Amino acid sequence: MNLTACLLLSAALFSIGAYGLVTRRNMIAALMSLELMVNAALINFIAFARFGGTHAGQGDAQAGSLFALFAVAVTAAEMALALAIVVAVHRQRRHLDIRELDGLHG
Amino acid sequence: MGDTRLAAFAWEPMHCAAYGILLLPLLSFLINGLWLGRKSARASAWTATVLMGATAALSIIVASGYRDHILTAPHLFPARAALAFEHTWLDFSLGSGAVLSARLGFYLDPISVMMVLVISFISFLVNLYSIGYMKDDAGAGRFFPLLSFFSFTMLGLVVSSNLAQTFFFWELVGAASYLLIGFWYAKPSAVAASKKAFILTRLADAFFLMGLLAVGVNAGSFDFAHLNGPEAAAALNHSVGAGLVTFNLLSLGTLGIYMGAWGKSAMFPFHVWLPDAMEGPTPVSSLIHSATMVVAGVYLTARLYPLFSAAEYTLRVVECTGAFTAVFAAAIACAQTDLKRILAFSTLSQLGLMMSALGTGGGGEPGAAYTASMFHIFTHAFFKCLLFLSAGAVIHAIHSNDIREAGAGGLRKAMPRTYWATLIAVAAIAGIWPLSGFFSKEAILHAALANGRYGALAAGLCTGALTAFYMARYFFLIFHGSAVGSRAPHDSRATHAQEAHPVREGALMTLPILILAVPSALIGILGKGFFTGTVRLWGAEGGASAGVSESALPMRHASSGSWLPAVATVLALSGAGIAWYWYAFRKNGAAFPDRRAPAWYRILAEKFYIDEIYLFLAKRVASKWIAAPAEWTERNIVNGAFDWMTGAVKRLAFLQSIAQSGQVQAYIAVALLGIYLLFRFTGPGY
Repeated sequence: MNLTACLLLSAALFSIGAYGLVTRRNMIAALMSLELMVNAALINFIAFARFGGTHAGQGDAQAGSLFALFAVAVTAAEMALALAIVVAVHRQRRHLDIRELDGLHG
Repeated sequence: MGDTRLAAFAWEPMHCAAYGILLLPLLSFLINGLWLGRKSARASAWTATVLMGATAALSIIVASGYRDHILTAPHLFPARAALAFEHTWLDFSLGSGAVLSARLGFYLDPISVMMVLVISFISFLVNLYSIGYMKDDAGAGRFFPLLSFFSFTMLGLVVSSNLAQTFFFWELVGAASYLLIGFWYAKPSAVAASKKAFILTRLADAFFLMGLLAVGVNAGSFDFAHLNGPEAAAALNHSVGAGLVTFNLLSLGTLGIYMGAWGKSAMFPFHVWLPDAMEGPTPVSSLIHSATMVVAGVYLTARLYPLFSAAEYTLRVVECTGAFTAVFAAAIACAQTDLKRILAFSTLSQLGLMMSALGTGGGGEPGAAYTASMFHIFTHAFFKCLLFLSAGAVIHAIHSNDIREAGAGGLRKAMPRTYWATLIAVAAIAGIWPLSGFFSKEAILHAALANGRYGALAAGLCTGALTAFYMARYFFLIFHGSAVGSRAPHDSRATHAQEAHPVREGALMTLPILILAVPSALIGILGKGFFTGTVRLWGAEGGASAGVSESALPMRHASSGSWLPAVATVLALSGAGIAWYWYAFRKNGAAFPDRRAPAWYRILAEKFYIDEIYLFLAKRVASKWIAAPAEWTERNIVNGAFDWMTGAVKRLAFLQSIAQSGQVQAYIAVALLGIYLLFRFTGPGY
C-alpha cells in the first residue's frame, strides 16, 4: 500500500463517478455517481495525510483527516438536500428521468 | 452678475417675499394635487384660495419694497431694475471661454412688479369665485391644484430675469392652460379645444426657441439686463447668410421671439385657439383672458422692448399684426351669439390694441408706446376678468351660453349686483370717461398719434367704436333683452330652466365680481400717474439705451392730441348708441344670423371662415399631400427596414439558443471536458 496505489484507486473511482453522472438517466443513480466522485477526492485527502505530499515533509496528518471529516459532514448535508429535491421532483412528475427535466432549455 | 444696469439693494423682507411669491402657488399645487385634492375638494379649494391670498399679500410687500428701495433711489439712475434673487441653473459653454447661463431669477422693474400684483390679485379673486362656481363639479379636487399651477407658471414667467427662464415658464403656462382648457375631458369639444390651443401655441413656440437661441448665443447672454442694453443690439445688428439669402440677425432674432408672442397672444392668424379655449370652466377663461396666458405675449414683447425698438422691421410687424387683429376680432365679436365667445373675441381685439401700441414705438416715441400698452394690459386685466366672472355667473344661473336665452331670464332683477358690476366693466372696456378703459385706450391712441402712425391710430379708433358697439350689444341682450328672447325658439326651455332653478347670486361668486368692479372703475385715474411717469420714463430710457432717439421726454402730443379723447368718446358713444337702438329700444332682433341676415353678417358670424379654411388646409392639403406620403414612407420604408433588422437578430438568437438544451448531463459533460482541457494545456506538465 503506497501513495500511488491510493491515487490510482481515487482516479478510478472519480472516472466511474463522472461516467455515471453523465450517462445514468435515473436521478438517484446520478447522485450515487456524484457521491463516488466526492469520495474519490476524500481518498486523496486521506492518502496525502497518511503518506505525505509529493515534496518531503509536507504531509500533515491532522489537517488532512480533519478536512476529510468536514467534507463528509458537508456531503451528508448536501445529500439530504439533494434527496429532498428528488422526492419533490418525484411527487410532481412521477418519474426521475434527468433527460426529461429540461425545463431550462433555450 | 455685477451688471451695472441692475440696482443693488438690501431689504430682507423683499427677498423673502419674492421667494414666497413663487413658492406658495407651487406649494398649493403640490399639496392639493398630491394629497388634499383627493381627500376633500372643499378643503383643497380653501387651501388654494388662502395660499393665493397670501401670495397677493406678498406681492404687495414686494411692490412697496420696490417703490421704497429701488424706484425712488435717485443714485440708481438709470437702473430701475433689480434682482430679488437669482440662481444659476445651467451653464452652456460657447467656446473660447464664453459661458451662456440659464438662470432662475426674480427680476424687478415697473412692469414685472405691476404684473405680479395683477396676477396674484386676480388669481386670488378667481380662486374665491371658483369655490362657488365649482362647488357641484365632480372634478373640483383636480381643478384647484391646476389653477394654482397656472398662477405659479405665469408668476414665474413675468418675474423672469432672462430669456431661458421665460421660455421655461412660457411652456409651462402652455401646458397648464392645456390641462385647464381640457378640464372637462369627457367633453369632445373641450379636448379638441385644448389640443388646438396647445398645438397652435407650440407651433409659434418653435420660432420663439429659434429666435431666443439666435439672440442669446450671438449676444452672449440671455439676461434681460444685458439684452436690453446697447451692446446687445449692436452685437446682433449684422447680416447673416450668404448669397441672395441674407438676414439681419437682429431682425431675424427679434422676429422669432415675436413669433412666440404672436401665437401666445393669439394674433391673427394664430387667433383661432383663443375663442375655443372657453371650453374650459369659466374661471379658467377669466384667468386666461385677463392675467395669464394671452397677456404673456404682449408682456414678452414689452420685456424686450428696448431690443425690439432697435429692430425697426420687427416693430412694424408687431404694429401691423396688432392693428389688424384689433379690428378683425372686434368685427367678428359684433355678430356672435355665445356669451363667452363675444368676450373671447373682445380679448383678441384688445390684445391687438396692446400689440399695435407697442409697435407704434418705431416712430420715435417708444416711451409713450410702451406706457400705453402696459397701461392697457393693466386696466384690461381687471375689467376683462370681471366680464368673464359675471358671464360665468349668468351661465351658472341660466344653464346656457346663448346670449338670446339669457335675454329671456329677466336677469336684471334677479342679479342686480352682477348687473351693475357688468355695466361698469362694459363701460370701462368701451372707454367711457372716467372709467379705467378710457385712460388706457386714450394712451394708446396718443402713442399712435405721437409716433405718427396714422394707420394704427385709425385702427384704434375703429376698434374703439366697434368695441363699444359689441359690448353694448352684449349687455343689452343679456339684461334688457326680454322681447328678443321671447321670439327665440329656445325661449320656453330657458324659462322652464328658470322656474326649476330660481336664479340666485351666490355670495362667493358675487363678492369677487363686486371687488373687481372697484379697480375696473378707478384704476385708470389712479394708475395714470404711475404709468405716464415711471413706466414711460423706463421705456424711454430703454429705447434710448438701445439707440433709438427719444425726441422729447415731456409728452410731445400735449398740444396736437387734445382732440383725441373727444373723438374717441364720440365714436364709443355712437357705437353704444347704435347697439342700444337695435337691441334695447327696438328689440326686434334684426341682426341675429338667420336666413334673412345679409351675407356680410353671416361672414362675421362665421368668423370669416378662418376655422374652415384651416380645416380645409389641414385635411385636404396637408393631410393628403404631406401626411399621407409621410405615413406611407414610415410604414413601408422606415418600419420595413427595422422589421427586417429585428427579424435578423431574432434568427441569430435562435441559432444560439440551440446550445441551451436544458440537459443537465450535457452541461456536466461540457464542464468536465473544460476542466480536462484546462489541465491538459495549462497544468505543470504542459
